[in-house]
Amino acid sequence: MRWIWIDKFVEFTPRTSATAVKNVTLAEEHLHDLYPSFPIVPHSLIVEGMAQTAGILVGEARNFAEKVILAKIGRATFHRLVRPGDTITYNARIDQLSEQGASITGTVTVGPSKDLVAEIELMFSHIDQNLAGLRFPEHNFVFTEQFTELLKTYRDAADVTI
Amino acid sequence: METQVMAISRDEIFKKVQDVLVNALGVDEEEVTPQATLRGDLGAESIDFLDIVFRLEKAFTTDPANKFTIPRNELFPEDIFNNTNFVKDGRVTPAGMVELKKRMPHMDFSELEKDPDINKMQFTVDTIVNYLDTKLNGQAA
Repeated sequence: MRWIWIDKFVEFTPRTSATAVKNVTLAEEHLHDLYPSFPIVPHSLIVEGMAQTAGILVGEARNFAEKVILAKIGRATFHRLVRPGDTITYNARIDQLSEQGASITGTVTVGPSKDLVAEIELMFSHIDQNLAGLRFPEHNFVFTEQFTELLKTYRDAADVTI
Repeated sequence: METQVMAISRDEIFKKVQDVLVNALGVDEEEVTPQATLRGDLGAESIDFLDIVFRLEKAFTTDPANKFTIPRNELFPEDIFNNTNFVKDGRVTPAGMVELKKRMPHMDFSELEKDPDINKMQFTVDTIVNYLDTKLNGQAA
C-alpha cells in the first residue's frame, strides 16, 4: 500500500494555498477496520490528508530543499463523518512561513455543497533548521517521488508553471 | 512614509501573550501567570517555542501589509545554547553569560549567575512580555 491520502491537486498557489481532493471508495481496506459494519474514514487519516496537502505546499515554498515534518497538530475540530462515496476536499492556507518552518490553517469539506468536515491547524518544522545537534540523512526522505509526482500531475493538467 | 506605531500597554501585551500560550500549549488562562515557566510550569516542549513565535507574530500584527516579525534567535536564542563556546557540558561559560546578557536584556539571569547549569535557565511568561514591551514600546517597564 502506498501512503498517499490525496488523489490530486485542483488548486496550487505557491507560498499561499493549495487544494487537493480524495475520492473515498469501499475498496479501501482501512475503511472496514475501525467499525466493521459502519465504514468511515478515521479522523487521523483526515488529518494525514491535510498534512500531505499542506506539507507539499510548505515544501514547494522552499523548492523541496527542506525536510518538512509535521511537528504539531494545533487544533483538529470535526463536524461530520466521511463515508464511502464521498469526495473529500482539503484546502490549506499558509499562515506563517519562516526559515524554521510554517503554520497552516486548513478546512476539510465533502461533496459539491462543501459540507464542513473539519477545521485543522498544523505546524511544520524544517527539521534540519531546528533539531540542532541531531543529524539526518542528506537526501530528502520526506519528498519522495510519490509526493512530487502529485504536484507534477497537477502542473501538467493545469498547464501552469509552479 | 513614517510608520505609526501604536503604543500598547504592558497589561495589553500580557493579555495577548496569555491568549497565545493558552492556545499554543493547551493550558488554562489561570496557569499563565507572569512568573510561570514555559517548560516547567506550562509544559512547553522544544517545538512549542517555534509555535509560540508564530502565534506572537500573528497576534501582534495589526497591519497585514507591515507584519510584526520576531527574527530567529532574538526571543529564544537557541544558537547560543548550541554553541560550545557558550555552553559546555551543560553549563554556561563566562563568555556565554556575557553573550546571553547582551542578547537577552529581557531575561532575568540572577538564578543562572548563582549556578550556571543550563537546565536552570527558565523562560517565563514575563520573559516574553519584557521582550515584547521593549520591542514595541522601546523599553521594558
